[in-house]
Amino acid sequence: MERKLVVSSSPHIKSPETIQSIMVDVLVALFPVALMAVFLFGFRALATMVIAVIVAMATEAIILRNGSFFGDGSAAVTGLLLAMTLPPSPPWWVVAIGSIVAIGIGKHIYGGLGNNIFNPALVGRAVLFVSWGTHVAGSVWTRPVPFGFTADAITQASPLVTYNASLGDLFMGTVSGALGETSALALIIGAIWLFYRGHIDWRIPGGFIGIVFILGLFDGGFSMGLYHVLAGGVLLGAFFMATDMVTSPVTPAGKLIFGLGCGIVTMAIRLFGGMPEGVTFGILLMNGLTPLIDNMTLPKKFGEVKKSA
Amino acid sequence: MSTLAQEFSKGIFKENPTFRLLLGMCPTLAITTTAFFGFGMGVSVLAVLLCSNIVISAVRNLIPDKVRMPAYILIIAAFVSATDMLLNAYVPDLHKALGIFIPLIVVNCIIMGRAEAFARKNNVVRSILDALGMGVGVTISLTLVGIIRELFGAGSIFGFNIMGSAYEPMMLLASPPGAFITLGILLGLCNFAFKRLGIE
Repeated sequence: MERKLVVSSSPHIKSPETIQSIMVDVLVALFPVALMAVFLFGFRALATMVIAVIVAMATEAIILRNGSFFGDGSAAVTGLLLAMTLPPSPPWWVVAIGSIVAIGIGKHIYGGLGNNIFNPALVGRAVLFVSWGTHVAGSVWTRPVPFGFTADAITQASPLVTYNASLGDLFMGTVSGALGETSALALIIGAIWLFYRGHIDWRIPGGFIGIVFILGLFDGGFSMGLYHVLAGGVLLGAFFMATDMVTSPVTPAGKLIFGLGCGIVTMAIRLFGGMPEGVTFGILLMNGLTPLIDNMTLPKKFGEVKKSA
Repeated sequence: MSTLAQEFSKGIFKENPTFRLLLGMCPTLAITTTAFFGFGMGVSVLAVLLCSNIVISAVRNLIPDKVRMPAYILIIAAFVSATDMLLNAYVPDLHKALGIFIPLIVVNCIIMGRAEAFARKNNVVRSILDALGMGVGVTISLTLVGIIRELFGAGSIFGFNIMGSAYEPMMLLASPPGAFITLGILLGLCNFAFKRLGIE
């Protein structure tokens, strides 16, 4: 007799989604951002991104020794995200070391993808920022020259130091800044793709951007709130980095707390700290708190009874 | 009963205070910005440990058990004060760099630990060998951390320029987080090596 009842162990419902498909989606989402970076900052930006991605993938391939260069694609995403946080033309070895640190110390020391506590790309950036601050921050921001692919670079201060860029420029991205952070338009297009594919939840970017806007209101009204959201790395951090599945909380309430925390730390550093920008350290700090937030916001089990004291 | 040679060598490899027992982490993290500071701290600990182990093991039967901790601290503090003054007199630069961490040797886990775990149960000869082994172990470990941090954080070792003038130092390793990262990676490598060698 044919058996009608199939007995198997869980999981019973399988998703066609794989790590690789998610990572490819993130790469697709980053494409408009990368395109805008090349458009604004020229081929130097492309070189920085290529170095970061190739070194990151090579590091991953050497550590995993699984014979696959692209692998699950997470190294490419980490490398590209790292490049997005760098100025248009840092020395090549700074980019390469950033990628090696991001993959080696940011990810594989903890046991590889899924076990890392901190966002690897941001670990790479933080190490570069602390080690060679003069190459990745300060007066390294070049003035963007649309279509001027080979124009000479002119450096100028970050809009977070001068506070004089127009909101329209900030939205389009024609201001100085890191490769992937200047163009709000491109970031929003990328984020819409991630939302559409269901890879990110509104709570983290919502909480992050919302609190930055609200705290910005106190710094000088509506336009200043908008300025704080559009300038610097808030959008890049909120859409692409804080939402990293590994290093952010899984509970809905936890995600909101995480986003709010990122925004509050970012604004605290911007308004009261010694550095013009605080997105990197805001997200890294909240990454460290993620396990605690998850524990704190565990949903109640169905049918749970309040313990009598 | 282990042989006298083992008493000496255990402090360097199997029970290395820094990398195996994780004792004395505070000076390890705080003063190893250069190889020389690490070496100086290691030798200071070695000197104090040797003297205190000799005295404590010599008077181990005279100290009542209930007050042994205060007694040990008094003995150790005497030698630490002597070391402090000697360093101040002969190597003022090192003394200035090590600063508060010289007086803090009094409460260094390695020295208290060896007094409590070894010197009070063993005779003077064994205690001397134990102190020498542990002291050399600490000196090697601290110097190693110092060499790595100085090499990458300043491009030199013991003040001699290694990396050339074009090298741009990695400031991270000269700063406190660099101490944690260096120590963590060294600990990992140590555990890996000991696992490979089959030593537990």
